[in-house]
Amino acid sequence: MLIKPPADIDPSEITPRNVYEARRTFLRQAAALGLAGTMLPHATAQTASAAPVTEQGKLAALPGKSSTLSTTDKLTPHKDVVTYNNYYEFGTDKHQPAQYAHRLRTRPWSVMIEGEVKNKGPMNIEDLLKLAPMEERIYRMRCVEGWSMVIPWVGYSLAELMKRVEPTSKAKYVAFTTAMQPDTMIGLRIPALEWPYVEGLRMDEAMHPLTLLTFGLYGEVLPNQNGAPVRLVVPWKYGFKSIKSIDKIVLMETQPKTSWNVAAAHEYGFYSNVNPTVSHPRWSQATERRIGEDGFLAPKRKTLPFNGYAEQVAGLYKGMDLKKFY
Amino acid sequence: MAWHPTPTQWFVLHRLVLLLVCLPMMRLVLLAYRDALGANPIEALTRATGWWSLVFLLITLLVTPLRRVLQWPWLLRMRRTLGLSAFFYALAHFITFIWFDHWFDWVAMFSDVIKRPFITMGFSAFVVLLPLALTSNNYMTRKLGAQRWQRLHRLAYLAPAIAVIHYWWLVKADVREPLYFAIVLALLLVWRVWSVVQKR
Repeated sequence: MLIKPPADIDPSEITPRNVYEARRTFLRQAAALGLAGTMLPHATAQTASAAPVTEQGKLAALPGKSSTLSTTDKLTPHKDVVTYNNYYEFGTDKHQPAQYAHRLRTRPWSVMIEGEVKNKGPMNIEDLLKLAPMEERIYRMRCVEGWSMVIPWVGYSLAELMKRVEPTSKAKYVAFTTAMQPDTMIGLRIPALEWPYVEGLRMDEAMHPLTLLTFGLYGEVLPNQNGAPVRLVVPWKYGFKSIKSIDKIVLMETQPKTSWNVAAAHEYGFYSNVNPTVSHPRWSQATERRIGEDGFLAPKRKTLPFNGYAEQVAGLYKGMDLKKFY
Repeated sequence: MAWHPTPTQWFVLHRLVLLLVCLPMMRLVLLAYRDALGANPIEALTRATGWWSLVFLLITLLVTPLRRVLQWPWLLRMRRTLGLSAFFYALAHFITFIWFDHWFDWVAMFSDVIKRPFITMGFSAFVVLLPLALTSNNYMTRKLGAQRWQRLHRLAYLAPAIAVIHYWWLVKADVREPLYFAIVLALLLVWRVWSVVQKR
C-alpha cells in the first residue's frame, strides 16, 4: 500500500499551467473589451480536461463579438455539437471523439508557418489567440454524409493571420495539417486515412472573410473533440474541409494533396463545395438532416448551393465547371 | 455431447431464444423513447437494425454446422426463429429507410435504388429475404415440398453476401466492421462447401 504524506495543498487546487494561461489570455481579452468586471466569475472555468467534456460550462469562456455574417437558423443543441463528431484520429465512430479526445494535449501548442511566406516559423497558440478580436459566427455546417448543424463558433477570419504572415506572390494555395499525437490519438493505429490529416484551400478561399480560424464554440474554448485548440471552419464546403487541431500551415504554389481526396478522389474533390446538384457517387447530396430537428417528425430539408452562402462565395468560382471541380 | 432437450427444456430454451432476439429491438425502442439514441437517432436506428439483421443472418447460417459438430439435430428447429428474426430486423431497417430517410418519397427512393449501388444492394438483399420469410412456416414448407423448399432456402447464403457488400459500399474509409462480417460469412461458406465435398 502506498501511503502519501499529507499535502499542504490539495493537488486539485493547483491550477495547471494551461488553465491559468488560458485564464490570463481570457482576462486580457475581457479587459480589452471592457468586460472583465462583469464576466469575472467565468474566469474560474477550467480548460484542462482529465475527463471527457460533453457539457457546457466546463471549459474556459471565450466570448466573441456578434457578427453580421451569422445565420439566424436555430442553433443545434450544445450536447449534439460536442458528442457527434467526425474526428478519425480518435476513432471512426461519431461518438468516439467525445470519449477519447480529452487525452489530446492542447498546451503547449504552436502552429508552424512554412512555405511561400515572409514570416516563417512557429506561432504560439497564446499569440494566435491575441492576434485579432474574437467574433462569434453562427454558421451552418454541412457534412458530406448528409447531415447538418448550426454552430456558434468563436474566432476570427483566417485572412487576419494570412496578412500577418505575409504570403509571397508565389503563394497560390494554403495547406493545413492536423497534429499527430500517437499516444493520445487511438485512431492513428487504423489506416482509415493517410496520416497526418491534410486539408487545403485556394488562396482566395483562404482570404475570404467567411473562412474562420476558430478557437471556440458556444462561448467557450473548443472542446478537444471539436478540434481544440485551433481549427478551420469553411461554412460553404463539406465539413471535412474544416480541419481540426491545426499544427502546421504551409503556403504553396501548387494544389496540396488533401486526405480525403487521396483516399477516394472520385468521391471527394479538392473543392468539395456544398452542391445539391452534384451527388456523392454513393449517395445523393440533394437533402440533409438537420441534427436535432429533422427525422422523426419532419422530412429532411433541401440542401442549398454553397450551403446557403452562394451570395458571398459563388463569385470565387465564376467560369468554373462545378461538376468537374467538385 | 449428443444431448437432446426434453419437451419442457425445449419450450424454455425456445422462449429464451425468442426473448434474446427481441432484446436489441426492445433496447432500441427504450432508447428512442428516452431520446437517448444520440445526436442522430435515425442514423443510430438504421445502423443498429441493419447490423442486427446481418448478425442474425450469420447466426442462422451457423445452425447447420453447429448441429453437425455438436450432434444436436434438434437445433434445426431453432433455425426458423433465428431466420425470421433476421428478417424482422431487415424489415425494421427497410422501414427506417422508407419512413425517416425518405419520408415516403417514392420517386426519390426509386431513384436511390436505381442509382446508388449500396442502396441497390441493400434493397436486393431485402428482396432475396422476402420469399424466405414468406415460406418459413409449416404450411408453405409442406406446400413446396422438402426439395423445392431447400433449394429456395439456399438463398439464405446469398442474402448476407449481398448485405455485406451493401455495408462495405456504405462506409467511407474504415472497412473493418464489414470485413469482419465478410470473414465470418466466408468461413461459413467454406465449411458448407467442405462438408458437401466430404460427403461425396
